[in-house]
Amino acid sequence: MHPGNRTTHYGSRRSGCWSLIATPLVIFLLGPILPPGNGSEQASGKVTDNTVLLAMATPVLLLVLIYLIYSIIAFRQPKGGALEGPAIRGDSKLQTAWIVITSVLVLTLAVYGTVRLEAGYGAGSGSGPKPLTVPKGPKLPVQVIAQQWMFTYRYPTYGGVETPHLVLPEGEMIELHVTSIDVIHSFWAYQLGVKADANPDVDNVVFVKPTKLESFDVHCAELCGIWHGYMYDTGRVVTPSAFNVWIHEQQKRFAPATKVLPKYSTTYLPEPTRRGE
Amino acid sequence: MSTTAEAASAPEPTRRPLWRRLLGFNLLSAVILGVAGYYLGWFLGHQVNGGKSFEYMAKTDENDVALLLAYFFGVIGFLIGLGFANYPLSRLLGRPASLREKESHGISRYFGLCTDHKVVGIQYLVGIGVFFFVGGLNAMLIRTELLHPVPTFVGPNQYLSLVGMHGTMMMGMMTSGILGPFANYFVPIMIGSRRMAFPRIEALTFWLLMAAGFILISTIFFGGFPTGWTGYEPLNDQAVMGMDSYICFFALVGISMALLGLNMMATIMTMRAPGLTWSRLPIFVWSVYATAILMVLAAPMLIATLLMAALDRTVNTSFFIAGGGGSSYLFENLFWFFGHPEVYVLALPGFGIVLELLPVFTRKPLWGYRLAVSGMLGVTLLSFFVWQHHLFVSGINADLRPFYMLSTEIISIPTGFIFLCVMGTLWKARISFSVPMLFCLGWTFNFLIGGLSGVFLSDTPSDTDTHGSFFVMAHFHYTIMGGLVFTFFAAIYYWVPKMTGLRFNERLSKWHFWLMFISFNSTFMPLFVLGMEGMPRRVSTYAPNLQGLNVWVSISAFVLGFSMLIFLFNVVFSLIFVRARAQSNPWHSKSIEWQVPTPVPVNNFEQIPVFDSDPYDYGTPPHMGGAEPAAAGAGA
Repeated sequence: MHPGNRTTHYGSRRSGCWSLIATPLVIFLLGPILPPGNGSEQASGKVTDNTVLLAMATPVLLLVLIYLIYSIIAFRQPKGGALEGPAIRGDSKLQTAWIVITSVLVLTLAVYGTVRLEAGYGAGSGSGPKPLTVPKGPKLPVQVIAQQWMFTYRYPTYGGVETPHLVLPEGEMIELHVTSIDVIHSFWAYQLGVKADANPDVDNVVFVKPTKLESFDVHCAELCGIWHGYMYDTGRVVTPSAFNVWIHEQQKRFAPATKVLPKYSTTYLPEPTRRGE
Repeated sequence: MSTTAEAASAPEPTRRPLWRRLLGFNLLSAVILGVAGYYLGWFLGHQVNGGKSFEYMAKTDENDVALLLAYFFGVIGFLIGLGFANYPLSRLLGRPASLREKESHGISRYFGLCTDHKVVGIQYLVGIGVFFFVGGLNAMLIRTELLHPVPTFVGPNQYLSLVGMHGTMMMGMMTSGILGPFANYFVPIMIGSRRMAFPRIEALTFWLLMAAGFILISTIFFGGFPTGWTGYEPLNDQAVMGMDSYICFFALVGISMALLGLNMMATIMTMRAPGLTWSRLPIFVWSVYATAILMVLAAPMLIATLLMAALDRTVNTSFFIAGGGGSSYLFENLFWFFGHPEVYVLALPGFGIVLELLPVFTRKPLWGYRLAVSGMLGVTLLSFFVWQHHLFVSGINADLRPFYMLSTEIISIPTGFIFLCVMGTLWKARISFSVPMLFCLGWTFNFLIGGLSGVFLSDTPSDTDTHGSFFVMAHFHYTIMGGLVFTFFAAIYYWVPKMTGLRFNERLSKWHFWLMFISFNSTFMPLFVLGMEGMPRRVSTYAPNLQGLNVWVSISAFVLGFSMLIFLFNVVFSLIFVRARAQSNPWHSKSIEWQVPTPVPVNNFEQIPVFDSDPYDYGTPPHMGGAEPAAAGAGA
């Protein structure tokens, strides 16, 4: 089986070369344009995560693809032929090696993911009412209240004022409390790398530290009824001083409304949302 | 009740006049009794709900009790009409009951309760095919709407109904996409048995599924449903009556799945022919076995969950209503405890088909048989430990996310076994690129992309951005459409010549494959980009800067739809008009199903075969050299 041995070497050498070239290309060319950008500490962290995952997936993809293309070209049945292949039923060394390699890859991924998740204070994901890791230092609590079909925002440290748009100060750690007063929604601030489901009667906490003065898109990411697609808004990240000006303006403007609002609480027990009630 | 015994004993039922033939237990009486049962339930429902008169019934359009009862009695009537009550009733009355139903020749056996597993297989293939095309048509309408960033084609309510019907139809019907037609037809033959363990239950699973399909379509008369295939609470509770169609559909699918799985498990465990040890079982039978385990364990969870949802909607219980002390988390948890195994119910038979077909077209034994089996069983076991990765951002059990991340990533190890077996089988092979083989190779590419994109979704930080976006949508279409539907077609092109004795037009089949493969990738590859750019799922409006890619995707989707029309044309053209005879073993397979005569006799085998090897006796042993002709049977 001379030709076979030669092709083995060709195959592995060639695919190895391609992976060597392609992986850095992917990291440097695709890495910077990967979502969600660097609108916040969490978002930048996830650009790194996505780059790492891509760098791990690319060689696997290329090795398997090149192997497939190579076999399809090299191991054809000649036209009109009825040749039989060799009766190889397995190779225990190769199988063991494969199991070991995939296990190592998978465990690396899991450990990396866990470290990044907990060190990133949830990495912008909704982490439930009592997150495992909480950033030290002062935090600005902001409540996101979802309902069919809009988000409103309450600032408990500013008298519980409720505003129709989200404005956040740059460079401060924000503690978002996401909740819903009817069905399940999901608060998705794309550029900030934040996504957290809004469940009725649940306080879902997200930590995010905006780092870029820009406006960001807010979408609902969980199907919540017929106007789900229209449940979007634009939020803004502004300088802390501009935020101060804005929030006091809001307090003044919505003072009459704040008076009749229910007292600030992490959740608002929704009224039963059955039809006909 | 003794008509069945008479029918079985009557040698020439075709001689009787038409009106006589239409009487009795068949599809016609089933439809009549089904409709009657529907109105009975509807009437009872209105009596229960306030005892209002018929006049009131005509005016009102919102009565969940009435609709659920109508569906319930409709299905019962349908099944009685088909003759499912005959056997238990005869036994109750102490009369001798016919053990077999309609196991004769003639076209009429396809339109009723038939206990011949081969007839049920073909019934399944046609029935599921019809609903597959209905689901596909919904996808075409969805993509038409998404040509524009603002709704122009259908309203938001119709749009959500289309999305929900497409998803539910595909996820519900296609669970039996391979097990229904191909496992029912070929598992008994492959294991050397004359029938399934429970032939009547086998027929029941099919007719339940058909009733379910029509119930799902009937949702358009009751306002559709806005929840998508996941049916999340409390939106579910809030929705109009169309939601009851969803609940009823999925519960029936769940019953059908659980029974199908039980039947398969019992058959494979108890009815193998002598010599067919577990380590000689064809790998397809192993994949059916693994899928059956998932079906039996997961489907009851779905049935129970939907019953709770139905109770919430009708008698005001509060399982899922936060305001009444329930929790929306409960539904998500229970649903995905079913829902994730369900995803592998769709994927595992595909693994089986690919590994079963590869040896035939590479002329090599299956590489790593034991590894493949352990891969499938590993996936089966692990798929019950990953469900909360669907809820990474929901806030539920947030501290457990590292565990679900780990379990989700570990499940790629057994899945990787399957890939290694595919790659090992291809090594030094003699590949002939017949149409089934092309579909198997297509699977390899699609599932590779699907699996690797899953890495991003299993990683919690990365999933935060892609969850609920088009990225997820692209991922599961790669694994389900690229994984299941491609192997579904591979199985059709491979086995339908055996089932019908007729062959497909080769040129049309190749056109179908290439057009489907290219347009499939051109449809779903850009969706990864759209998802990463922040387009949420299930919306009929999106940012205007994403229109270019969306138009590209829509046009590719139409081409994908067109490739299905080529398939349909091929079926009609080749199997109805040309009717060219297929060779008795066109692929020179050594598997036993190709060694029995075509059409397969009602009893499959004159004598029960004795097995002395697995069916992958291809190739020349390395130490011997020289090619052997592919002829000898596996042990028939």
